[in-house]
Amino acid sequence: MRLLAEGLSARRGEDLIFNDISFALGAGEALVVTGPNGSGKSTLLRVLAGLLRAESGRFRIEGGPAEIAHPYELSHYLGHRNAMKRELTVRENLSFWQRFMGDSPGGSGIDVNEAAEAVGLAGITHLPFGYLSAGQQRRMAMAKLLVAYRPIWLLDEPTAALDAGADRLFAGLVTAHLEHGGIVIAATHQPLGLGSTQSLQMKGFTH
Amino acid sequence: MISLFFRDLKLSVRAGGGAMIGVLFFMTVVAVVPFGVGPDLNLLSRIGPAMLWIGALLASLLGLDRLFQAEREDGSLDLLLMQETPVILTIFVKCAAHWAATGLPLVIASPLLGLFMNMNELAIGATMLTLLAGTPAITFIGAVGAAVAVALPRGGLLVSILVLPLAIPVLIFGVSAVYAAIEDPAPFLPPFMILMAITLFFAVIGPVAAAAALRHSAD
Repeated sequence: MRLLAEGLSARRGEDLIFNDISFALGAGEALVVTGPNGSGKSTLLRVLAGLLRAESGRFRIEGGPAEIAHPYELSHYLGHRNAMKRELTVRENLSFWQRFMGDSPGGSGIDVNEAAEAVGLAGITHLPFGYLSAGQQRRMAMAKLLVAYRPIWLLDEPTAALDAGADRLFAGLVTAHLEHGGIVIAATHQPLGLGSTQSLQMKGFTH
Repeated sequence: MISLFFRDLKLSVRAGGGAMIGVLFFMTVVAVVPFGVGPDLNLLSRIGPAMLWIGALLASLLGLDRLFQAEREDGSLDLLLMQETPVILTIFVKCAAHWAATGLPLVIASPLLGLFMNMNELAIGATMLTLLAGTPAITFIGAVGAAVAVALPRGGLLVSILVLPLAIPVLIFGVSAVYAAIEDPAPFLPPFMILMAITLFFAVIGPVAAAAALRHSAD
């Protein structure tokens, strides 16, 4: 399976925030998107996730499952917000996403308890999500990546609000995902501690 | 999809969910009418069905703006839009859950409030039946308004204003069906069938329009 972006550009207001972005990623490869604030990293990820329309260019999947029309149907998107309900317990949140998203062809998600253990927070799944600290909430949002299988992970500042230990833990999760043939596209300021990765430097508005 | 239905149901009965707010508002509106109109029992029983319907309409508009806004604020909306399942179906299920949490309690509370208005059994039964058939339409229409106003920080009143003109036919046919049931010469079925037709029509159009609005409101 290969992901191909060809000449992507997107508009923010009047101007193009980025222009002619192209890359190709195979199974087990990662792309780290870097650049200063406001350079369009989040916009690029939202375009890839199908949440924003690209001004021009195409983002497509090659050699994926036949019934999949868009790459975003095979993707996890971890944005700035955690997509978890404060009123529900962690377990209710995770098992909802597990059942609602289902697994993409080619893999299966892990149990909610195992996912909580994988992010180092086993034993607090009975608490309402709103009771958790910012860092714990972020870790639980990462556990969401594990409960439903998606080959492509789109991560927007995944390690914001995390301590050094969680950084390492997260790098481990990403590495494991890559080893199983997954694809990761991450926008970040900090190095994720990943091995061989492609990188993409965003520059900001092009007039 | 069933999991989405039960999640939304669970959310609306937990703290801050607002399922009970609609019923309380409904009760407040209907309970003050006898004080305003005075103790004329004949008048009350005559305007009762209309008052119940107006109260139910306003109460069901009350929580609509949160339908998608709450999802958007915590980022869940992005994930709901990204799935392989059609967005239209997701919205339909959300509307169904919203109606079960806010519309159904109104239907259940209406007989009690009918007693306040000195309505007889037939009028109470007819009102309950028309509310059951008509309030889903208000939710489906409201979903469109909620989707259009999803990015606005205080879109609550805007949603009501956008939605109200479209909800007027529901009110007209709901009330006229009740009056047809209690006043002899007019037949009950034609207005009631039109009411059900409106509900079915908006059950299709509403999710489609809301899906289009949500797709384009992504910033």
